[in-house]
Amino acid sequence: MKATQTNPNNASGPQPKHVTLGRIGLYVFLAVSAAFFLLPLFVMIVTSLKTMPEIRQGELFALPASLNFDAWVRAWSTACTGLDCNGVSVGFLNSVKIALPSVVLSISVAAWTGYALCFWRAKGSEIIFAILLVGAFIPFQVFIYPLVRIFSSLGLFGTLPGIITVHVVFGLPVLTLLFRNFFVGLPYDLFKAARIDGANLYQIFRHIMLPMATPIIIVAVILQVTGIWNDFLFGVVFAGRQNLPMTVQLNNIVNSTQGVKEYNVNMAATIITAIVPLLVYFFSGRWFVRGIAAGAVKG
Amino acid sequence: MATVSVRNISVAFGGTKVIQNLSLDVQEGEFIVLLGPSGCGKSTLLNSVAGLQEIAEGQIWIGGRNVTWEEPKDRGIGMVFQSYALYPRMTVEQNLNFGLRMAKVNRDEIQKRVSKAAQILQIQPLLKRRPGELSGGQRQRVAIGRALVRDVGVFLFDEPLSNLDAKLRTELRVEIKKLHQALGSTMIYVTHDQIEALTLADRIAVMHQGVIQQLAPPKEIYRRPLNRFVAGFVGSPSMNFLSGKLEGSNGTAAFRLSEGKLLSLAGYPFKGPFAQGQPAVLGLRPEQILLRDKPAGATTLPIQFVVDEPMGADTLIWGNVGQEMVSSRVAPDQSFSPGDSLEASFVANQSSIFDGVNGDRL
Repeated sequence: MKATQTNPNNASGPQPKHVTLGRIGLYVFLAVSAAFFLLPLFVMIVTSLKTMPEIRQGELFALPASLNFDAWVRAWSTACTGLDCNGVSVGFLNSVKIALPSVVLSISVAAWTGYALCFWRAKGSEIIFAILLVGAFIPFQVFIYPLVRIFSSLGLFGTLPGIITVHVVFGLPVLTLLFRNFFVGLPYDLFKAARIDGANLYQIFRHIMLPMATPIIIVAVILQVTGIWNDFLFGVVFAGRQNLPMTVQLNNIVNSTQGVKEYNVNMAATIITAIVPLLVYFFSGRWFVRGIAAGAVKG
Repeated sequence: MATVSVRNISVAFGGTKVIQNLSLDVQEGEFIVLLGPSGCGKSTLLNSVAGLQEIAEGQIWIGGRNVTWEEPKDRGIGMVFQSYALYPRMTVEQNLNFGLRMAKVNRDEIQKRVSKAAQILQIQPLLKRRPGELSGGQRQRVAIGRALVRDVGVFLFDEPLSNLDAKLRTELRVEIKKLHQALGSTMIYVTHDQIEALTLADRIAVMHQGVIQQLAPPKEIYRRPLNRFVAGFVGSPSMNFLSGKLEGSNGTAAFRLSEGKLLSLAGYPFKGPFAQGQPAVLGLRPEQILLRDKPAGATTLPIQFVVDEPMGADTLIWGNVGQEMVSSRVAPDQSFSPGDSLEASFVANQSSIFDGVNGDRL
């Protein structure tokens, strides 16, 4: 059934009540809360647009005298991260190189695994599922040292494939759970009908189940993009000098102990780094809530 | 068109055997209905024939071929599910031709078969729509169409009408019967609805606890149920049961009601001799208890009137025989008042007599 569009000209139901004191209180509270959470962002943006002499005057909330994007340009292309002075642009590229394959790989593998766990009742699939559950709840810091040893003996340590592997492996338990829970909610008759139609396990996945999984794929993409983009620990440990992601380079800029602290450059670099997950949330928040709900209905 | 032969199969879920040593032979072009309460194993039997359920023992033959170990697609069957099981992200046309695309049938042939099926089921205007935009009846037509394009000899229906409202159900029931007449295919149809079973089937297999209780044409099932389960399950309102004892001998047999009254069973075709005083149950369909005209040779059965239920075409009269409540179906113009003593009667050779212990027909 299609939902009928609400037309403001013939809306039904009781007339909205006039503004009450409670309503005013509610809106005041919401406005204050919003301001409270927006204030740091405001300070960051304002500071990034000021010159250093302006910042030294100490008026944190004052608007900049003139719009000055020098700090942004420097943060992007010439700020020093340790010995190199190429700004966060290098890190941005590295982060893209890490995140893109990690997201695609982890979601592809997890979708297939979740599907197989749900529809292919192989012997031992219950045990694999239990292991995955455990994997999803063990803190990943525990694995770092053993992984370093394994990766260095395989020659993966400090390489791009190495860091991508780490992200895929650590993404799998939660993503598989997500996909399995989604597929469990689909009617089993669909699978039976497709088998009668002569589709094999892969064809059923490709032609029938995957097209139905769009909402949950979007959730997975959001989870993975933001998670991998914001990752610091794996990046600093596994990526290697050439592939340090943006978060690590940002840290090197902001926490450098040498020279004068350039607050405007630091602020600009931080905003640039955070822009990708912010945009992802901004444009897909609605899908995110919907998908999580869809995945959580049946377990 | 093909025969289906189920030979001594057993099916187990975990440790419990759902079906044990079951055999069933379906003739070419026959319409078989598997009828039984939920959990009786009828859907499991159908899934086994389809190849969707692994069987522990036994064999399944379709069209003279042993298909016990073959994939569902290679068995020459088409199946229709209760939940329709249409692929939601495909159009009706894509739903219909999905199996053919998987089998890499050439385009012209696909086009030909899809348009033929669409024409038979009158769903041509729906071909470009998605399942979500169809009504329940239309969806079930598409689901039947999906089985139709496969050009197979055997159709399997798993409670196909249970999700539809009463009016549509009647409509589609007739369509399925018409389809069977037109195609002449072998059909196996699972339902718990006795009306569907009685109206559609060439033969009904009544199932209970994984065992086929009786396999016979609908009239036979209705008139001469082989045991108390079949007698009670088929028919609405269900058959009246009066408990008592058998007396006399073959030919002059009589039935002693537990309240003491003796009813003559002269003319009842007993299968064999019975013991004096053997516990038994007398089964009478509501329309077999006659209230107005007493045919020659009929046995009298006194009933205390309790209530009546006018149902339009006929009226149900509820009354007591001793402690036991019985119903009688009569013409709608008859009326009584509470407490009336009614002189009812029944014809012995139309009634059913069951063993009081194991419930088998005597």
